[in-house]
Amino acid sequence: MASTATKPPAERPAYPIEKVRAGFPALEREVNGHPLAYLDSGASAQRVLASIQAIDRYERRHHSNVHRGAHTMSAEATAAYEGARATVADHIGAADRREVVFVRNATEAINLVARAWGDANLGAGDRILLTELEHHSNIVPWQQLAERAGAEVDWAPLTGEGLLDLDAFAALLERGPKLVAVAHVSNVLGTELPLAEISRLAHKAGALVLADGAQAAPKLPVDVAELGIDFYALTGHKLYGPTGIGALWGRLELLRGMPPFLGGGSMIRKVAREGTTYAEPPARFEAGTPAIAQAIGMAAALRWLDGVGMEAVRDHEREIADYALARLEEMPGLRVFGPPRRPGRLGPVSFELEGVHAHDVSEILDRHGVAVRAGHHCAQVLMQRLGVPATARASFGAYTTPEEIDRLVGGLHDARKVFEL
Amino acid sequence: MDDLYRDQILEHYKRPHNFGRVEDPDLEFEDTNPLCGDEQRVTIRLDDEGRVDAVAFEGQGCAISTAATSLLTDELRGRTREELLALPKEEVLDLLGIEISATRMKCALLGLKVVKGAGLGEPADWEDEGEQGDPSQAANF
Repeated sequence: MASTATKPPAERPAYPIEKVRAGFPALEREVNGHPLAYLDSGASAQRVLASIQAIDRYERRHHSNVHRGAHTMSAEATAAYEGARATVADHIGAADRREVVFVRNATEAINLVARAWGDANLGAGDRILLTELEHHSNIVPWQQLAERAGAEVDWAPLTGEGLLDLDAFAALLERGPKLVAVAHVSNVLGTELPLAEISRLAHKAGALVLADGAQAAPKLPVDVAELGIDFYALTGHKLYGPTGIGALWGRLELLRGMPPFLGGGSMIRKVAREGTTYAEPPARFEAGTPAIAQAIGMAAALRWLDGVGMEAVRDHEREIADYALARLEEMPGLRVFGPPRRPGRLGPVSFELEGVHAHDVSEILDRHGVAVRAGHHCAQVLMQRLGVPATARASFGAYTTPEEIDRLVGGLHDARKVFEL
Repeated sequence: MDDLYRDQILEHYKRPHNFGRVEDPDLEFEDTNPLCGDEQRVTIRLDDEGRVDAVAFEGQGCAISTAATSLLTDELRGRTREELLALPKEEVLDLLGIEISATRMKCALLGLKVVKGAGLGEPADWEDEGEQGDPSQAANF
């Protein structure tokens, strides 16, 4: 470690970083002649071996369609798929496994609510309250809904530090939105939104609350009951599992009251020429053959995370974010966006290196084997708020080490050299 | 010397030519690189014969997109609108004189896309390079 900025408190059990890293085959590879330093887990995390192996085993010997027929392999596949649903439910503290709907990703989870709940419940003049830091996945479906329904979207502003301005948020609640949709953790600023407080205020004002947990679930213990929210969106590939799978959690009485999202096989009770009646949740929202192997892979990744322990994963994230912020403070011409360094600050860390565009920063870091994301991070409303077209972003995972942060800093010094700064 | 960020590219990035806005433009267009959000606006004034008399561009971009448009706009004076529409991608890549990877192709060609959009008055028909799927790659592990 090149800096003495932070030291883990001695009393806490040491985080098993070597054991964690050994679970990720991709971390063994080199990029451009250097060991990979993967600082882009916020875009997509690397796959944990336990998930890869679970999918492999399922695909080799157990695959069949689910909820079809009575033969052994269909029964095995169904048991595995429904077991995966229960694993997700347990991981996020859901009261009932029927509250978990498998979808493709967090984006689809939010679209499902916008279509199924939104179309049935929003009309002309109704309002939806978002924040300025939302990912496009938690903006566009609501704008589309607003357009269909003739509803209005309000934007809760951020403070100068990139936190939600709770006073302004409370004032916007007085306009009587039917839904509040917020990120649990910002994919750009690392800001953790006070979901329990947001839920309390929103419910008092008569609004439901949807939280986008795409960034939060990989780094925080999540208990949907404790948070008091109504819908929560998850995606598997940021949870060290495969792409093509995610989950929507929704309170059962809400899901029961919602019409279907997509129509097709599996989501029906009875189909006749005269019309169709629909299955109960969650099947009502899972039309067609689902991503069986991916659901199994996502569940395996969650089991692995539970083995490490979400509290330990969260503390590790905080330590790495703190170390990164400390090291980046030393860089000349570097500006960090989002909350300043303080206990509890999560990643990612987005920054701007004066005189070097984010895209060029990313390219030069890649030459050092350091993977970061450059761009607007699907958060253009936030970029407008920050007054920049793009940032570079280092995002962390359960496997990130301080040495990788040192290599990020080394690469940034090289970028300044290349640009003759 | 750095192959990508050679002196000429850095020079055009730090002090781009034709940067700004032409007064009373005859042709004008703005477009973005959807990948990273970079934006460029090009303004062009034509002379009595319909040839480019003055050209300028503005916007925020990376070294590659800024240098490419800086170099490209240096070459446009005296050309007709039709000639702008016929500009080949290779001309921009030759001006840059460096190897452009598939991931940076959109950066390199953003200015050309905007110039063509200005010529047409609407977004140019654009096949984004570097995004073509190759089925053989899906199984190439």
